[in-house]
Amino acid sequence: MTAITQIRRNDQPIYLDYQATTPVDPRVLEAMMPYFTHKFGNPHSRSHSYGWEAEEAVEKARAQVAKLIGADEKEVIFTSGATESNNLAIRGVAEFYKDRKNHIVTTVTEHKCVLDTCRHLEQQGFEVTYLPVQKNGLIDLEVLRAAVTDKTVLVSIMAVNNEIGVIQPLAEIGKICREKKAFFHTDAAQAAGKIPLDVEAMNIDLMSISGHKIYGPKGIGALYVRRKPRIRLVPLIVGGGQERGFRSGTLPTPLCVGLGEAAEIAMKEMDAESKRLAKLQARMLKGLNAKLTDIHVNGDLEHRIPGNLNIGFAYVEGESLMMGIKGLSVSSGSACTSASLEPSYVLRALGVEEDMAHTSLRIGLGRFTTEHEVDTAVDELVHHVNKLRAMSPLWEMAQEGIDIKSIEWAAH
Amino acid sequence: MRAFAYLDHNATSPLRPAAFDAMVEALRAAGNPSSVHRSGRTARGIVDAARRQVATLAGALPREIVFTSGGTEANNMAIGGSGRGRVLVSAVEHDSVLRAAPDAELIPVCAEGVVDLGALERLLAASNEPALVSVMFANNETGVLQPIADVVRLARQAGALVHCDAVQGAGKVPVDLHGLGVDYLSLSAHKFGGPTGVGALVVRDGAPFASDRRGGGQESNRRAGTENVAGIAGFGAAAAAARDGLAVEGLRDRVEASLLAIAPGARVFGAGARRLGNTTCIAMPGVKAETQVMALDLANVCVSAGAACSSGKVQRSAVLRAMNVQDSEAATAIRISCGWNTESDDIERLIAAWQDLYIRVADSDLTRARAA
Repeated sequence: MTAITQIRRNDQPIYLDYQATTPVDPRVLEAMMPYFTHKFGNPHSRSHSYGWEAEEAVEKARAQVAKLIGADEKEVIFTSGATESNNLAIRGVAEFYKDRKNHIVTTVTEHKCVLDTCRHLEQQGFEVTYLPVQKNGLIDLEVLRAAVTDKTVLVSIMAVNNEIGVIQPLAEIGKICREKKAFFHTDAAQAAGKIPLDVEAMNIDLMSISGHKIYGPKGIGALYVRRKPRIRLVPLIVGGGQERGFRSGTLPTPLCVGLGEAAEIAMKEMDAESKRLAKLQARMLKGLNAKLTDIHVNGDLEHRIPGNLNIGFAYVEGESLMMGIKGLSVSSGSACTSASLEPSYVLRALGVEEDMAHTSLRIGLGRFTTEHEVDTAVDELVHHVNKLRAMSPLWEMAQEGIDIKSIEWAAH
Repeated sequence: MRAFAYLDHNATSPLRPAAFDAMVEALRAAGNPSSVHRSGRTARGIVDAARRQVATLAGALPREIVFTSGGTEANNMAIGGSGRGRVLVSAVEHDSVLRAAPDAELIPVCAEGVVDLGALERLLAASNEPALVSVMFANNETGVLQPIADVVRLARQAGALVHCDAVQGAGKVPVDLHGLGVDYLSLSAHKFGGPTGVGALVVRDGAPFASDRRGGGQESNRRAGTENVAGIAGFGAAAAAARDGLAVEGLRDRVEASLLAIAPGARVFGAGARRLGNTTCIAMPGVKAETQVMALDLANVCVSAGAACSSGKVQRSAVLRAMNVQDSEAATAIRISCGWNTESDDIERLIAAWQDLYIRVADSDLTRARAA
């Protein structure tokens, strides 16, 4: 496949930020192309063949997405992305059932769009429980069990964290929710196409999916909404009544096709790709550990997608390190908040201290990452971490055996 | 000659080549516009350039543009985001306005489909509660243009905010946020040769606006969610290409003159009003719209029997109902809408196919009449 080489030109930095976004897979782009050009119909036009052709393509894509998560295609609705899916799932369910139940359970490490939606619902009179996470980033199932009451309408827990890549125990969470008769929503933006997901086996009632996190286009996502037993939602966007009334607006056919194709490719290649990424992940860790001391992986390494590492480099300021490693595109946390210099709330929730949170980088590996890129990245990281540490008085003190935490800094 | 004469641009318009090129380039570039590294900054640059292009099309400042997933979302956002509890909407608005304001008071239209300004004035005077007035720029089914400047004048006198759904106007005729004086303007890319899945709400500087989409701080905290970078790039390129508007009045006039000559009983709705130059809503007496649409499709001509969103359902057009058109006549109305790539061949094919159908139906009526 020659097209893959087009992903990166030699003068571009090595892209290691696959949790922020992924490049569109050339095969996905190829599938989308005809729907930009000669197959341009509005899928809701029922009166001519342009419309029918577009509708057929959208329905095929819907089936491809459904298959990836073990759902029926009638249970998949297209949205503009995972943010909209999360807004729709949480607000839609909360508002529909508000006369019967008014309690929501979520976690402190959710994506901002889940937390902000929950905060808004609190202002509307809903009660929200924000579950803590353990040091490894995973929730404690017993804490969850205790938090869910007969007033709980929805439990919203992400499948895979966007900063530290840890995988929550979905099947166990689903079981608890089913027992306690609460709906289970999971934000699977970082999980779909990367780990096996099965809405039946895991008792998932609503699931958010993003196109651009799985080598599909931006501007498209999906929400799985269970039909048996039927979950009802108040729509966020009303109008022509498309998507079974859950989401109005003309469907963007090429984007739907892109998401469908991305889902199918991800499903087909998941096993092999996971193994390949696990090797790259191990190679990177081994390379860094061989040449650097005082580095620390944030979040559980075992229950984690292989395409993520989040590493704290002690005594190095994360922003300075990012500025130094110009040949690498990495981030210090979520892209949505990456312009701010606040330490990551996800790392803080793990109990990572503020100074250590500031030294952490999120490194995302993906479909187009090569061994050579990993090796280059290791060299560049080692070089700059050593350079910054050489300039750091804290590092010097630590090398002399002084416990930094025992120092009482004079206020000035 | 093309395989099909596509005359349903008000449903969706094919992608302009400039938009296609811009999108492919953007799709090939990785990067999340919120990321600070180089690929993020590249993506941000694409979004910002497109924002300037769209702002120019809408007579707005770049910071007044809020990118959305399309016209429907923009309309919903304007109605909900204005913060006004009292909403007045014209009776011929798109469903994405009507359904977003289920308790809205309806401003009636005259038989030509133009809002009744006297009625608007009376409605505004009837209550002191601060209101939002939502009147579309051009109607999607008839192409009738609304007197937005007059609507704004009346609304301002009453302290009301104004939203204008310009989805069917932008890219076809000049639309100018500040010239019109409206507070909110909705745009959709795919109605004038941009891609589906992207649109914008233009929010005038100083107009109140509260977003109900929660998450990251994208679009200056007005619309959370990773930007549809390629879609926005295509929107920008289409906006730049569409700046001069459409020059298809000549084609439309030929369609209308020919069809009226073929079928003397035919009627063009809104013919007495100022209309978009690309839209004809016409009734062929005695022949159901579905029959016409199917016959035209068999002749490789694409038109529609109304708005695409609801064209699957067999129901009367609310727009024609608001214009006091009889049920029986409304059921025979089709919409013909031209666009940026319409050629005179397309028009000829439509006219020929429509004439064939008309003669066939007239003949069989005659046969039936003789047999009786």
